[in-house]
Amino acid sequence: MRSEKITVTNETGLHARPASLFVQLTAQFKSELTIRKDDRSVNAKSILGILSLGISKGTEVTLIAEGPDEEQAVDELVKLIQGNFGEGNSN
Amino acid sequence: MLTVSQLIKEFGFEVAAGHGGLNKEIRDYSIKRPSAELIGFLTYLTPQRIQVFGSTEMGVIRQLDITVRRQHIAAVMVSEVPCVIVTRSLPTPQEFYDLANERDIPLLTTNRSTTQLNYLIIRYLANRLAPSTLVHGVLVDVYGVGVLINGESGIGKSEAALELIKGGHLLVADDAVEVRRVDEESLRGTAPQSIRHLIEIRGLGILDITRLFGTGAVRKEKDVHLIVHLEEWQADKIYDRLGTDPPQIRRILGIAVPQITIPVRPGRNLASLVEVAVMQNRR
Repeated sequence: MRSEKITVTNETGLHARPASLFVQLTAQFKSELTIRKDDRSVNAKSILGILSLGISKGTEVTLIAEGPDEEQAVDELVKLIQGNFGEGNSN
Repeated sequence: MLTVSQLIKEFGFEVAAGHGGLNKEIRDYSIKRPSAELIGFLTYLTPQRIQVFGSTEMGVIRQLDITVRRQHIAAVMVSEVPCVIVTRSLPTPQEFYDLANERDIPLLTTNRSTTQLNYLIIRYLANRLAPSTLVHGVLVDVYGVGVLINGESGIGKSEAALELIKGGHLLVADDAVEVRRVDEESLRGTAPQSIRHLIEIRGLGILDITRLFGTGAVRKEKDVHLIVHLEEWQADKIYDRLGTDPPQIRRILGIAVPQITIPVRPGRNLASLVEVAVMQNRR
């Protein structure tokens, strides 16, 4: 199992387009992926699950992966979040 | 978390004193009528509970000698008490106001009777303070039975739910179901507010079921009675062929829920299978 804490920094947070990019990526992995905010965890492959968490800019989340490609999954998801989902500079 | 302010909003109490404690948290879902404590029997003082003063308690206080009155009330109104409620808008001795302000205990009044209030508050608190968890799956009301369809992402849970909705059954929640243990034997499921009555179907996107099918196709909450687990058909696994296997049991928040497993394969109409599973397991 691999888990990583990360703060969401893009302007819109994990809503609409970023959420959709996020699940497009998670769907490519075989591992079981979970995203946690405070004490609520949802399946990171489910767009509605992610939307239900209401993750906005500045929210800290934990990514948890368990399975054959857990390392790669967490690395790439962290990269996507750190890159602000390609929203450009979020200043 | 439930604060005294939220309780006041729910029941429309008047705040007579102790405004400094309005953000106190209520953690215990029972209430206390402290008549025995008022005459000095403090062994079972439960200060974490809401303390309710009705005609009995006020009657006890009237019988107390004026020299010990404040002392006895102060032994009950300790700072740990989340709030004090006086029922039937009974006349309240000055000591209550003083202690409430000194110790930041909101002093609330209502014109309801103690019996009425007991019933309403316990029901409300049991519901609000019930342990809860977020479960991955789809909750549908099928013939009045709450069915939680679970299984891996992409197995077809939402598609099965959509077919069921088209067949006249009701959607409660898709993908993330908030489940609360409302009492020792019931689990109540509802959708998180932000995704209520939405369903996601790959290729179609996020659908608003209320808009597409009307309010008759959804419901806000439903108890979970049965779990239908969808999984990919495994050639080497033995599935129930006679219908004689007892359902498996899965526990959610400690409560046992029967679970049946349906293998998914092209040509199997999942909605019909779920409907029949419900009919067969209906108690």
